[in-house]
Parts: sequence; structure tokens; C-alpha cells
Amino acid sequence: MHELSLAEGMLEVVAGAARAEGARKVRTVWLELGALSHVEAQALRFCFDAVTRGSIAEGAALEIVTMPGQAWCMPCGSRVALARLGDACPACGSYQLQVVAGEEMRVREIAVA
Amino acid sequence: MCTTCGCGHGETRIDGVPAGATASSGHEHADIHDHGHRHTDGTWHRHDAGARATIAGGAFGAAHAGGTTPERIVQIERDILSRNNAFAAANRRAFADRGVFALNLVSSPGSGKTTLLVKTIEALRGRLPVAVIEGDQQTSLDADRIRAAGAAAVQINTGKGCHLDAQMVGHALQSLDIADDAVVLIENVGNLVCPAAFDLGEAHKVVILSVTEGDDKPQKYPDMFHAADLLIVNKIDLLPYVTFDVDKAIECARRVRPGLEVLCVSATTGENFPAWVAWLERGVVRERARRDETIDALHRRIAALEGELARRTTTA
Repeated sequence: MHELSLAEGMLEVVAGAARAEGARKVRTVWLELGALSHVEAQALRFCFDAVTRGSIAEGAALEIVTMPGQAWCMPCGSRVALARLGDACPACGSYQLQVVAGEEMRVREIAVA
Repeated sequence: MCTTCGCGHGETRIDGVPAGATASSGHEHADIHDHGHRHTDGTWHRHDAGARATIAGGAFGAAHAGGTTPERIVQIERDILSRNNAFAAANRRAFADRGVFALNLVSSPGSGKTTLLVKTIEALRGRLPVAVIEGDQQTSLDADRIRAAGAAAVQINTGKGCHLDAQMVGHALQSLDIADDAVVLIENVGNLVCPAAFDLGEAHKVVILSVTEGDDKPQKYPDMFHAADLLIVNKIDLLPYVTFDVDKAIECARRVRPGLEVLCVSATTGENFPAWVAWLERGVVRERARRDETIDALHRRIAALEGELARRTTTA
């Protein structure tokens, strides 16, 4: 359960950007979360609510944009969708997959007032 | 403290002393980074550069015009681990400057990490300098064991925390006397989930799986095995007494981390330990070569600049 640390990282990024914009309030945070990232979305929501209390982002809505997992299959050379680590290549059945997308944990943008 | 899991804040201690303002000490942090709005990784996401501050609607077309205050969309595009990653990069530079080969040892509790460390220190005695950073929620028992084995050690107590982060390691490095060309072994908190996400500045994550655990663990906890570069299967002296299938475990691990290197050892009996020691020595040689290359490049640059300076002084 490392989502608390991640939520703190989020708050730092969000609060820093909001202050730099001279904003008084963060209304919405859009977070890109890869399907293969190290995060449980529900836990992150809970922790985000907890760490933002008393901050410029208190009460902000958290919009999680799920980014699909993608991998490059070494044997068949295809770029394939990967729902979770340990799945086989849907094209050839190999497990020799190099993850190329879906590990994101990134604040994309925020709505401020 | 987090009421869901008990993860803590501001409870980190290094050799019993509060670690000061750590990464998890509060909820409004001083910024150590710039807050520009550049795209850091060249991803494909479309963003209108001119729309950095626009009235509600923005790139996602969501209506957020609450009340009468105009709302603006601010593009950020920053990793939520960027703060940790900045500290990790600083640690990595510190290691590189000294030619240090640093490893982040991760596993469940009870895999034999500390015993492996003690035996490793004994095996490297007279061959390579070793320093250890120990991470546990409480006590200095592990650091005491390491010091008794003859290596410099510093203990990080994470309090209620479930993983080490790069800033804790940076603090610990300040109180650790590390020789050039040393091996630094960072024993993370026993936890097969949380430490996977946090770069500490190490050269490699090394995951340890003992044969008294399930051979399907790499399937059940894929993130950690995916993040590792070496798997150590430990306690192989106990194989006759357990149902652990080594081949199956390795196959499972390589499904989530193709090309994962594997070493099967027993820290208790020393079986196959020379292979582990050789792996460590190869790592130190690589780091030393990298540092020497950097120093050579700096010398060449100094020589070039001195030449340039001399040329300009004579022509001036």
C-alpha cells in the first residue's frame, strides 16, 4: 500500500502547478494511470482525498484516465495490447513481451480557479 | 497515518534519529523542481500548446464551470514519482562518481535477505568493500547483524512506511562511509508489492524468492519481478523438504520479465555462492570502467578547453 506516497507525489505536482498559475483552488485533476502501473486506483482515490485535506486541492475531483497496456512481442514482432503482466502475446502465444506503454502515473492537467 | 493500511508519515528514522523533512513528512512540500509545462517524454498525447490556460472545457471538453469563478485548464504532464525520481537521480550520480555498484534487494519478509547479506559480506571480505543500508519498520537488529559481520551499515526505520524511497536512501548515504569501487547493498522493507514503484538510484533491483515460499509468486506479484534484473532463488538446501518447483518459478518470473537473470543459491550452506560473488564482481568492474571513462572524458575536455584558452590568449 504505497498509494499514500504516490498521492503525496500527486499533491506536490498539482499544488506546485496551481500556485505557479496563481490559482486559489484546484477543482479537477486528470491523472493518466497505466493499466500496468503499480497502482490500485481505488486506494489512490482514498489517499488523494486524505492528503489533499487542508490544501489548495481539497475537494478536487480526481479523473483517472486509464492508459492501455501495450507490449512489443519479440518473437513475432507485433505491437500488441497487454491487459496485465504475465499475459501471453495474443498473436503468437509467446511471453517474450517488452512492455512499451501502460506504466504511466502522470498528472496530465488540472482545472483551477 | 493512513487509516486504510497504516502507512505512516514523518516516522522515518535513520540509525534511530528522525530523518527530518522526508518525502513523506507532510502534505505541502517545498518544491525542488521547476514547474514548467513541457512534455517530458515525447508521448503521443495531443495538447494544443496555445491552450495552456483556457476557460473551462479544455482538451477534454469537460464542463467544469462551477459557480462564477472562471476555471482554467493547466497542462502539467508530470510523473507523480518525479520528486522521488529526482532524488534517485542524485543518488545514482553519487554512486557513479565513486564507481559504486548499488543494488536494491527486494523480497517478502522471511526470504533470507539479511542472511544472504551477512554471507555476502563474508564472501567479499578482502575482495571488495561493502556497505549496507538496511530498511525495516522498526529496530536496528538487521544493521547490528551486518556490522557484526564486518561491514559499514546504516539502519533506516520507516515507522509505519511500507517501502524505502530515494530521499531516505539519500539521507542514509550521508551517514555511511562508502569506499570507492564498493558494493552498496540496500535491503528494502520486506514487502513484495510497494517497493517495486520506487527507484532508489540503484543499478539493479534484485528480487529474492526462497523455496519455502510458493513457486507461483512471480505470477501473483508480477510488479516486483517485472521491475527486477536478477532473481535469486534462495534456501535451495531445503529443496528436498518442500514442493517448490524451481523451473516453474523461473518460467513464471520470465513471463513477466523476459530475460531475467537467475541465480539459485543457499545463503546458509554457501551452495552456488561463487556465482553470486562473480555476478557482483562483474557489476563492480562495469561501474569502475564507467567512472574511469567519465573521468577520461573530463580530462579530455579540460585539455581541449585549456588548448582553446591558450589559443585565445595568444591571439588576444
